[in-house]
Amino acid sequence: MTIDWIAFAAEVIRMATPLVFAAMAALICRQAGMFNMGIEGMILCSALAAATFAHLFQNVWIGLLGAILIGLLTGLLIAFVSITGKADLYLTCIAFNLASTGGTVFLMFMMTGEKSTTSGAFRSFQIPTIDIPLIKDIPVLGRIISGQSLLTYVAILSIFLMWLLLKRTRLGLRIRAVGENPHAAESVGISVPKVGYISFSICGIMSGLAGAFLSMSWVTYFMRNMANGRGYIGLSAQNMANGEPIGSSIAALFFGFCQALSITMKNQTNFPTEFLEMIPYAATIIALGVTGMLAIRKRRKVESGQAAAKEE
Amino acid sequence: MADELLRMQNITKIYSNGFIANKDVNLVIHKNEIHGLVGENGAGKTTLMKMLFGMELPNEGQIFINGKEEKIANPLDAISKGVGMVHQHFMLLPSLSVAENVTLGVEPIKNGLYDFERAVAETQAIADKYNFKIDARAKVRDLSVGQMQKVEILKALIKGAKLLIMDEPTAVLTPQETEELFEQLFVLRDDGVSIIFISHKLEEVMHICSRVTVLRHGVCMGSHDTKDLTQASLSKLMVGRDVVLKIEKEDPVTGAAVVSIKDLVKINTIGKNVIDGVSFDIHAGEVVGIAGVEGNGQTELAEVLSGLGMFASGDVLLNGETIKGKTVREIRDMGMAYIAEDRMVEGVAGNMSIKMNIVADRFTKKEFSKGIFMDAKKINDLVDQYIKDFEIACDSPDEPVRMLSGGNIQKVVVAREFTSGANFLLACQPTRGIDVGTAEMIRKTIVRKAREENLACLLISADLNEVLECSDRLLVMRKGKITAAFPKANEVSEETLGEYMLGVRDMTAEEMEALL
Repeated sequence: MTIDWIAFAAEVIRMATPLVFAAMAALICRQAGMFNMGIEGMILCSALAAATFAHLFQNVWIGLLGAILIGLLTGLLIAFVSITGKADLYLTCIAFNLASTGGTVFLMFMMTGEKSTTSGAFRSFQIPTIDIPLIKDIPVLGRIISGQSLLTYVAILSIFLMWLLLKRTRLGLRIRAVGENPHAAESVGISVPKVGYISFSICGIMSGLAGAFLSMSWVTYFMRNMANGRGYIGLSAQNMANGEPIGSSIAALFFGFCQALSITMKNQTNFPTEFLEMIPYAATIIALGVTGMLAIRKRRKVESGQAAAKEE
Repeated sequence: MADELLRMQNITKIYSNGFIANKDVNLVIHKNEIHGLVGENGAGKTTLMKMLFGMELPNEGQIFINGKEEKIANPLDAISKGVGMVHQHFMLLPSLSVAENVTLGVEPIKNGLYDFERAVAETQAIADKYNFKIDARAKVRDLSVGQMQKVEILKALIKGAKLLIMDEPTAVLTPQETEELFEQLFVLRDDGVSIIFISHKLEEVMHICSRVTVLRHGVCMGSHDTKDLTQASLSKLMVGRDVVLKIEKEDPVTGAAVVSIKDLVKINTIGKNVIDGVSFDIHAGEVVGIAGVEGNGQTELAEVLSGLGMFASGDVLLNGETIKGKTVREIRDMGMAYIAEDRMVEGVAGNMSIKMNIVADRFTKKEFSKGIFMDAKKINDLVDQYIKDFEIACDSPDEPVRMLSGGNIQKVVVAREFTSGANFLLACQPTRGIDVGTAEMIRKTIVRKAREENLACLLISADLNEVLECSDRLLVMRKGKITAAFPKANEVSEETLGEYMLGVRDMTAEEMEALL
């Protein structure tokens, strides 16, 4: 019962990739003041789109584009219903997630006659893995960092791009302004709905990448409910870091660690499987509880006059 | 006479619920002028300014800017016509820097990216021009309230404002910050920016404004040159009492202290002492009134006494027991009844029936339950009785409370609170926004219950008529402190009260000692 720690570390990064995308998707909406729970369903739809488009056109890149396109469209759908239609965002997202859980299985059955996976009917496509020159020759680090899926490196790049967007562009400034105080933003002539649609579009692209990773990198086929809470974990990750891209990624990495731990221990130890499968989700609850409690304690201190208020 | 910059002519604003906020108001602002706009709360100052800034549309009347008639449809429109507003509640983004806040909406761009350095330079240039001591790179949340206000002013100036509306700018400032603000306003004025200065603080208005317009109950009481006025005559114009309401009552026979407040301090989330060392007792059989301009700690005091808000230090004893750490229900069981300031938020559950709202504080008690169920018959009988006693006009006790008029909703609240069996009644703005008849009923009931049932009552109200007529003892609250106390409220003139409320005069601790 020995654990291969190097393989484990590589697995952490692999498992964290879709969570980083999900966290980026969640944080852009959060920065615009919206808590988009629909990411879960958006990822699921994109994952099916990736497998389907790749199979139809026999091309992995068209599969990737298809996933991004479907992510974008589903994001715009939720935006339309909640922003233009003024429906409650939470209820819209719950309905959308339930519809996509059933809808993806339905579409898969229509296309393949299968109800659990597309692995038999669709040809498998995999986004290529990349060996980074020089780094791949470093003993331990090479095996961890190099040889990951292309999308893993895209995820790392997206953290930086998201940071750049939010902190260094006019759009990012306006997104943050709308999220923090829509009245203040409106009072200087910023269109709050427009910013909302743009945020949902970016969120859709990130969800699309997460979906593509699941059905073309993690495994090479679509299976029912394969998002399996990753959208929600992404939401939790950004919540722990208050919507900061880098902090959210670290939180996503932590949740990736929990998932990898659960998988590795399942394969290499005799712990009860059911208990191990619980780890990522239990970790989410504990992490959210702890960060929430810290925030409350800080506020109490200020209100009861024990600590000097920050604003003074 | 200087040139005319703005003329608002015969402005009338009637809200959809029939409330007349402004009636035939005229306001003329000249170039290079600081113009005071004064009036009590609810006099219509803010409504008038909202129409000028495009946040509300007038029902009647015209607005001329530089002699040209303008329709101002929204704030953006107002900004493009050179009107800027510094809101009482800042429209700022605390997590962003000063430069980002100031340039939001007119952001400088370089190579497709937001040019933060240029934003800082532009912001700093204006700030330095008007001697605002502010660092454009600082985060707004790290600024003092006074500096935040400067950021609001900068936001208006960078967009080219020629007329600056300042809604009670000094309410949140320290005396030093106020002095600094005034210096800067003078510089702005001399540089061609006219300022509308809304304030309760008469000495400030007298100090910085050349002319002043007075509003009272939505009606314009005329514009005057400040040099022709004194603080006393201005205060009389503002607070003049039109309807005199008289409640016949004999002197109270007071008993033991029901409520004792000792050195109470409450600190709000930004660290300001909103209640700052308040101490007084309320005895059985008397009505203690608290007068004061709103926002001087009265609301917070009510929150603390009712158990809805925490306090930092000091103590409150109700019937000999501290309320510290007690829940609202526990405090109610100790003998408190509470008429909340905002009846729709804290007074009633709007979607629930009249019946359920009336028994909301007592349905858990044994006498109203039958096993694990509520005793429907007993509750129905009781509610029918109260609907009759308090003359609540409704179709049935099962009607949702929100369907009733404001006065009838308040009757539901008082039906519950007057019959709860408490010996301490906390009444906040008990007659705000309701018809005269209901208001009279509520006031008389408060006085009668104090006299006949030995109720101790604390009446917090912005309605001077009400505090002067209902109260026995009268206290004035300002800046979180008790600044004046009178043994007999109905012997105080509204002019005197106005002077204490507005801080023209203060009592010393010795003068008040015996009266707290």
